[in-house]
Amino acid sequence: MSLLTMIIKMSEGLSRTCAIFFLTLIFSLPLGMVVTLLRRSKNKIISSITRAVISVIRGTPLMLQLLAITYGPYYLVGLTVSRNKLVPVVVAFSINYAAYFAEIYRGGIDSISKGQYEAADVLGYTKTQTFLRIILPQVIKRVLPSITNEVVTLVKDTSLAFTVSYQEMFTIGKEIANSQTSFTPFLVAGVFYFVFNALVDFVMGKIEKKLNYYH
Amino acid sequence: MSKKILQMKNIIKSYSDTEVLKDISLSVEEGEVVSIIGPSGSGKSTLLRCATFLEKINGGLIQYLDTVAAHTNEEGKVVYVNRNQLTHVKSYFGLVFQQFNLFPHFSVLKNLTHAPILVQKRDSKEVEQEARELLKKTGLEDKADAYPCQLSGGQQQRVAIARALNLNPDILFFDEPTSALDPELTGEVLKIIKELADEKMTMVIVTHEMSFARAVSKRVIFMDGGFIVEEGDPEQVFGDPSQERTKQFLKNYNQV
Repeated sequence: MSLLTMIIKMSEGLSRTCAIFFLTLIFSLPLGMVVTLLRRSKNKIISSITRAVISVIRGTPLMLQLLAITYGPYYLVGLTVSRNKLVPVVVAFSINYAAYFAEIYRGGIDSISKGQYEAADVLGYTKTQTFLRIILPQVIKRVLPSITNEVVTLVKDTSLAFTVSYQEMFTIGKEIANSQTSFTPFLVAGVFYFVFNALVDFVMGKIEKKLNYYH
Repeated sequence: MSKKILQMKNIIKSYSDTEVLKDISLSVEEGEVVSIIGPSGSGKSTLLRCATFLEKINGGLIQYLDTVAAHTNEEGKVVYVNRNQLTHVKSYFGLVFQQFNLFPHFSVLKNLTHAPILVQKRDSKEVEQEARELLKKTGLEDKADAYPCQLSGGQQQRVAIARALNLNPDILFFDEPTSALDPELTGEVLKIIKELADEKMTMVIVTHEMSFARAVSKRVIFMDGGFIVEEGDPEQVFGDPSQERTKQFLKNYNQV
């Protein structure tokens, strides 16, 4: 198989790679905020349960979570594994990344001085207004570099979808590598990821720059 | 007799075992400038924080104009008015912090206009016009589009004062407004407060600037250990204090 054929075949999986990437971000970025709010809840039961869940998700391999969510329903209640693996893959990725984002947000929220809350309180802002208009915009700016880090990792982590044979770029490359006994598909995959992440860096850099109007 | 803007009666505030305010009463009339002086830990800032609802009192009564915002009921528990009423009561006062606490992500102008538009639902054009006038008054008209991080501490504190004023409060509290500033910048902030006093703005100022307190206030309160030790006309408190503790505290100042 020629290099060009490999590249074309693997490119066909890129749309699925992108699907995992974007859908995971769309779900996990807001979900992470919800998890942070639960984690910071004044209700001790809610906050400790959330803390425990975060700890389990961060403490076990994403690969294991992918397998559990894809095949777990079959082993537990006998549900047939759907042929479209995108749903379980995105669910597993979203939960996993939400746990990491939640901890990043938490650090960001904790870093905002008490004075900001007090100033808003005296000016008459409600708790919700204070969070959305005063605290959150500052948190976003502060956590952006850490978020970028996670997003870069996510690009590479999409390759883990091969464990449930979801036909994204890396899975296709791995299959070609096996059938052709060739290492070339892995090199191609490496280049793909590198270019993808160069784009991520560029976009996140732009956003960071845009938020640089104050410090 | 002019109307009372603020009345605090028999205020008690404690943190776990320590009683920080022990039966403090303070009332402020319209147009009055009251300075609160005293050593660190005497409870002066806590008193302001209780008056502005940043801290909850453990006993006593807080009343703004005709609204009782908090009082001790028959069972001895402190009851605050509900959230909506409290929001309304908060519109009676403004607070200027030691650390300014401007919103860093808002421009100077937006720091002034955001709350009146969002909280008081006032017309944005009108609010902006008033804000620009206040900036002019505080000598910051060319800084409307700047961000707090681009300003000196003195300028930031002037913005904070303008921000509080833009909500048209009946009374303005200052919690050590110049303590975070070097002497050079202190002057420009004190000048603004002096101008407000001349315009008969009702103010309560917690401060370590003794000469300023003496010059600007109508009444001086000396606090120590959670009590009001002495209060009265500034010339009397500074010039001829009646209490031994006041004399001791002002000794260093009067020697200068």
